[in-house]
Amino acid sequence: MSDKIYMIPNPPTPNKAVAFDPDVCIGCNCCVEVCPTDVLMPNPEKGAMPVVLYPEECWYCGGCVEECPTPGAITMIHPTSQRISVNWKRKSSGELFRLGMKNPPLPNNKPPSG
Amino acid sequence: MSIWHEFVQREGKVPEWPYPVNYGKVNEITSDILVVGGGLAGVRAAISAAQSGAKVVLADVGHAKRSGAGGAGVDHWHGACTNPCSKVTPEEYTKGCYDSMHGYMGAHVRYVITKESWDSLLECEKWGMRIRDVEDEFRGAEFRDEETKLLFAYDYDNKHILRVWGYNVKPVIYKEAMRLGVNIQNRICTTSLLTEGGKQGTRVVGATGVHTRTGEFYVFRAKATIVATGGAGRLFQFVPELTASASMSDMSSAGVGHAIGWKAGAELVLMEKTGPATLSGFGYAPYSMGNAGNTYHGVPIIDANGKEVPWVDAFNHEIKTIEERFRCGPGQKFQLGIGIGISNYLPEYQQNDPVRDLPERIGRGEFALPFYIDLTRMSEHERRVLWGLMVGNEGKTRIPIYDTFNKAGFDPDKDMLQAPVMTLESYLSSCFWAARAYTPLHYRAGGGSYLVDWDLKTSLEGLYAASGSTAYGGGCHGESHTTGRYAGRRAAEYAKSAPEPAADRAQIDAERTRVYSSVHQDKDGVGWKEVNHAIARIMQDYCGKYKNEMTLKLGLRLLRELRDTELVSAYASNPHELGRLLECSSLVDFGEAMLQASLVRKASNSILDFHRLDYPEMNSLEWNKLLPIRQVNGKVRVRELPLDYFLNAPYAPTYEENYRAHAGEMKAAGKEASK
Repeated sequence: MSDKIYMIPNPPTPNKAVAFDPDVCIGCNCCVEVCPTDVLMPNPEKGAMPVVLYPEECWYCGGCVEECPTPGAITMIHPTSQRISVNWKRKSSGELFRLGMKNPPLPNNKPPSG
Repeated sequence: MSIWHEFVQREGKVPEWPYPVNYGKVNEITSDILVVGGGLAGVRAAISAAQSGAKVVLADVGHAKRSGAGGAGVDHWHGACTNPCSKVTPEEYTKGCYDSMHGYMGAHVRYVITKESWDSLLECEKWGMRIRDVEDEFRGAEFRDEETKLLFAYDYDNKHILRVWGYNVKPVIYKEAMRLGVNIQNRICTTSLLTEGGKQGTRVVGATGVHTRTGEFYVFRAKATIVATGGAGRLFQFVPELTASASMSDMSSAGVGHAIGWKAGAELVLMEKTGPATLSGFGYAPYSMGNAGNTYHGVPIIDANGKEVPWVDAFNHEIKTIEERFRCGPGQKFQLGIGIGISNYLPEYQQNDPVRDLPERIGRGEFALPFYIDLTRMSEHERRVLWGLMVGNEGKTRIPIYDTFNKAGFDPDKDMLQAPVMTLESYLSSCFWAARAYTPLHYRAGGGSYLVDWDLKTSLEGLYAASGSTAYGGGCHGESHTTGRYAGRRAAEYAKSAPEPAADRAQIDAERTRVYSSVHQDKDGVGWKEVNHAIARIMQDYCGKYKNEMTLKLGLRLLRELRDTELVSAYASNPHELGRLLECSSLVDFGEAMLQASLVRKASNSILDFHRLDYPEMNSLEWNKLLPIRQVNGKVRVRELPLDYFLNAPYAPTYEENYRAHAGEMKAAGKEASK
């Protein structure tokens, strides 16, 4: 990573839409192929994770994640304004939680119906 | 480490466009049938046309495996009146829809939908989408039929709405289209329809498009064309930073299908209809917040102190139990279900709801904000079917909501999901994530579409329309399947005896010149987003809730101004931007059709949410009619049509007679699928 300071436009909003794990992503570009709004571009480096070029055109359908042959390579990241809006309260204890919080509760591993 | 900014910081250079670009290179493709739009309706149209033996090409602006408003899944299926458990007949259901909309509804299309919705669903099952509780997860639930293992939604008395496991619906139908040899051309932004002699109002013989990765030009020639595109979400609201993730339609929702028809001289109907911009959450992702609407129907809402909000039936009688929220009240034969968007107009068909004076009750201090939904108060079956089947299979819920929330630790067996904190009037609709708080200021197009006949043929020879947005009388998810399936086979039938498509060379050349103007100019022009914002500004201001002759004419003038200045000088630096800019051009055409339609209706109408300040009398009988508009040599023509034109000459007087005369052969295929 270069420490040089460049003239660069402001980061887009939302900033990421999806995040790739470079250790899991195999750079197959299956997600790039199907994205309905062409948010993702193939990385110029063959086999590297795609580049998120148009995050503000993502409508968060999750198709890229469903299409991915290596689960865990892509994580959908809701815009911060939405993560901050998703709150819940544990009925028994009254504890408050939110999507993206610092110390989240244990994950609920129950798969969807079917 | 994957966004563009990080790449540039790491590499110290801007990445080159990853696809070979050949602006202007012409690709010519000829077929029997061309389908414009590869969402649910488009893919279903392509499948049924191919099943009828036609050579089919489908052009989609995204990728047909995932694209479209319904491409991200479905949890329920409306109007399955011919399923073995349904207690509602197609006639009753059609009447319910027509009456609810006070006649402003293409009920012939509804009738077709209701006759074939179940068959459309059975085909999905055959191709790999689950529609039955085969694992007996819900054995004994009151919304389950033990023999067929079908699960019902919303109205357990009448069983015409089904719950389905449709998160994979789009890949499933896409695979079938591929299997049948449909030639699918992805990433094509359609820019115009081709007509015989290049004239408005003549036979449609194909279309043109631009590839949004390579910039290449496409000329499609076809004996029949089916427009199966969506609405124009970007026309009135363009705030992608806030709404892209919160909307029910994606960035490609630019009204292209309507715009190309308007330019070609097809008749459009009810383009003057508008509505408050609900279902665009301005910050809340669909289904992401505590609410009791639609997919979350029936869930208990409790206030900050644990006090539960009572529910009422359609006639405001209090409902005592959770179970009754899924049952018809006194005076109701059946409920339409909120998902089809027309169920709030007549109590005879309306769903049960939380008390309808909730905003006043909060204001009086009866309930303390914030609200939560408490799924633990529901039976285990109801809780699981809501969070697990419906949330988990409905559009944009499998990954964005179910997986994301569960991984973050949300557990419906233990936790209460908070509702948004909003202005009080926003609690009027139980679909809280739609955040009506912001909507009085924001309007949207209300569902104007192609005027279609009993074949779903438009006013132009060779042009058919399908889907909720483009066929007058269409609807929601299942309706897109069914209208697509029907239009595909009617168009294929027509194509069997239609002449070879003779496209006009001058028309093609002129279009080719037009579409590339923005890539050849210097970079003084503005970009597509700024143009889109301006279009939305004009529509909000001049075609919003209140209109008069002068403001409508000013709006038209400003749209034309924009087209001749900022739009024509706009710059696109790559094929993606070019596609988005060409969509802006379609938005201007769509907006123009809306303003023109608004000018010819010189009367206010509550069902159309149409408020003419210069004609304030509401719902005068004299104006109780359709006013389809079209262009002839660039001039707007209007005619009058009775609301029930589809039961008047030249058509037969009953739905069933017309259906028998037009539906064609696939009825047999439907029967085969039913076995």
